[in-house]
Amino acid sequence: MIYNEAIPAIAIGLPLLAAFLTPLINIASKKARNAFVLAILIIEELLVILLAWHVFTNDIVIYTMGAKNPTGAIPTQAAVPIRIVLEIDGMAAFMGLISATVSLAAGIYSIAFIKESNAKARYYTLLLLMLAGMIGMEFTGDLFNLFVFLEILSITSCGLIAYRQHADAVEGAFKYMVISNIAALFVLFAVALLYAQYDLLNIAAIAHVMQYTQLDKIALVLFVAAFAMKCGAVPMHFWAPDSYSTAPAAITAMLVAASQASLYALFRVSFTLYGSLMSYQTIGIAIIIFGLLSMFIGVTMALPQKDIKRLMAYHAISQTGYMLLGVGVGLYLLGSQDFNTYGIKAMEGGIFHIINHAMYKGLLFLTAGAIYYRLGTRNLNEMGGLGHTMKFTSIFFMIGALAIAGIPPFNGFASKLLIYEACYKVSPILSIVAMLVSILTLASFIKVFHSAFMGPKLHDVKEVPKSMLLGMAVLTFVIIFFGVFPGWVVNHIVHPAAMALADKMAYIAAVTGGA
Amino acid sequence: MIWNIPFITVALLIAIGLYAVMFKRNLIKIAIGITIIESGVNLFLITLGYREGGIAPIYTNLPPGVKAPEGMVLPVPQALTLTSIVIGVAVLALTLSFIMKFYEHNKSLDSHSRRLKG
Amino acid sequence: MNDGRMSIIVRTIATMLLPFILVFSFYVIMHGHLTPGGGFQGGAIAASAIVMMIAAYGHERMKKKVSEEGLSMAESIGAAIFALVAFAGVFMATSFMYNFLVGTPVFGKIPPFGGNSGILDSGGVLPILNIAVGMKVIGGLAAVVMIMAMAGDEE
Repeated sequence: MIYNEAIPAIAIGLPLLAAFLTPLINIASKKARNAFVLAILIIEELLVILLAWHVFTNDIVIYTMGAKNPTGAIPTQAAVPIRIVLEIDGMAAFMGLISATVSLAAGIYSIAFIKESNAKARYYTLLLLMLAGMIGMEFTGDLFNLFVFLEILSITSCGLIAYRQHADAVEGAFKYMVISNIAALFVLFAVALLYAQYDLLNIAAIAHVMQYTQLDKIALVLFVAAFAMKCGAVPMHFWAPDSYSTAPAAITAMLVAASQASLYALFRVSFTLYGSLMSYQTIGIAIIIFGLLSMFIGVTMALPQKDIKRLMAYHAISQTGYMLLGVGVGLYLLGSQDFNTYGIKAMEGGIFHIINHAMYKGLLFLTAGAIYYRLGTRNLNEMGGLGHTMKFTSIFFMIGALAIAGIPPFNGFASKLLIYEACYKVSPILSIVAMLVSILTLASFIKVFHSAFMGPKLHDVKEVPKSMLLGMAVLTFVIIFFGVFPGWVVNHIVHPAAMALADKMAYIAAVTGGA
Repeated sequence: MIWNIPFITVALLIAIGLYAVMFKRNLIKIAIGITIIESGVNLFLITLGYREGGIAPIYTNLPPGVKAPEGMVLPVPQALTLTSIVIGVAVLALTLSFIMKFYEHNKSLDSHSRRLKG
Repeated sequence: MNDGRMSIIVRTIATMLLPFILVFSFYVIMHGHLTPGGGFQGGAIAASAIVMMIAAYGHERMKKKVSEEGLSMAESIGAAIFALVAFAGVFMATSFMYNFLVGTPVFGKIPPFGGNSGILDSGGVLPILNIAVGMKVIGGLAAVVMIMAMAGDEE
């Protein structure tokens, strides 16, 4: 198939259109609706892979909405970009792959997992809108557009968290709503501060003329605070256990990808928008400290949990710490001579960990959902002996647990090794803490595995339906693939993404045209 | 000095809103706090586009004697504000419906009415 | 309150005002590309008319006249039209959201630059998008209000 320049816009527009066609198709037939949603998710995945392949082999792709010549960002009569520009570099394409894959798995999983009811059409509408929000956030090159997609993402995810409408779910959704709303308003305020000075909304164009005045610093603080709130780093992590544990399992997997979209926005703002202007070391150390705190507090809070999804949610916080640590070390070393050897490696580790985390944490949440589907409980004390009957689920859980603990040959090992090696250069303490957290993670998951799957047969349950197994299998396949071929993945997918973050001039030049 | 009044108002609105969100226990008051922050940010955006004596940036039935586009206020911040208002409506509706559900389950609007979970 | 209805004076005046509010709402939607207003504002006006009817007659009676499914349907169709028009930009012209109707007989007139008296037959795809947004907002806001009004019933 020939590369089509309109793919970025179609990748955002297709789930939007499909979201609103879903309730209309639902009237005709429930089966047709399921098939339609699946077809859209598969097409979306293919589109993103095609686009990512193009970006990784060629160059940054830009697309100007509504322009006569969509590949040129700046209209002929103007000196700056005035239309909404989509800009996809290695990092954005990489994040797009994560979102599309997780959504595909969640979509397949939901067919059996969500009980058939009138609200199921709305469930799929919101799921597709959530995908559109994530892809939009990652592909856009425009700050205000980023805010709009951020809001689409938070509104739809809140709606989905509260899908089951019991008291805990409503509480989780309300917390998430307040947090993401305040975060989004911070972002809007920061965007307004930048617009007031430069009359621009395009990320690349602002980065090109950035003066780093006092107001810019305030905007930076607002951006970092807002996106750190949304991605669940430790001082602002309290919403995560509540909303992760109460949402339907498929949505929890999507929420992991959604908080990573915020993480992407954090990296995009700190690397591309501010980049060389700010003091790398201060921001780098701040991100490293965020990371260490998240890792340690996340895992220690996870150990005593009895609710399986709450436990996993605390692990999600802890794993976010690894990503922050990796990229923080990269940022700390950026510009120094060590960057080319250790800094880039740390960033590769952090970025590789993003995709690994989305895959294995998504898988773990899906297995937890499978247990909930059969037993109707999330309490570990009421489980036991499930390995006798739910064979596939226990295998999938085992793979996810070994991957999160960083055991070879699964993908978690590959990215954690990169992080350990690179952090050692900055301070051995960082590597020691990272390894300690990894061991605690393993301990915690052994506990879960033991109490849920081992032991005498306590419950007479059957294996979960095929569509749920298929959804889990999609993620398992990716985990094993990444675990067996880490070298290929790092060279062809992760390295371009890390370089795209480090090299902000290329991002700027794609819009402003040289200079 | 007089030109700074909108900006002072913006700062005050955001501070009041944040105060309400952080220290009030009643969920409705938290929702009101969010709306106040949003008004502050919207006011900030609108103020950015203001030009002294400017008219609305619309060419239809332009009053005679106005030079266009120099005599108009900036349209872009207004478009941004409008978008943010529309989003705000959706957010407010969703927040309020969560509060209604919360009240249904707990028969209380106090955020401390449920036990804290570790 | 007696079955949620208000007094006969309120009900009569609400009935009399309803067509005017709806006509004004459609005016705002149709002139969205020329005057202040547009799909959202016009839709909000129409939705406020529905709120007024709910306040005057009680939601029990409104539920019989306007079904929530119908409103959701209007919302979905409006949004789908919007997205389809955006996609048509890719397939009929050069890019997503491209204004491909300029110069064609449908809303295709290009008004002179500067002040003018308002030419309704202009704007390309903008009037269509405004109508789509209007449908979406009428459906969405009215459905939200109806559901919130009905929420108290279940207890």
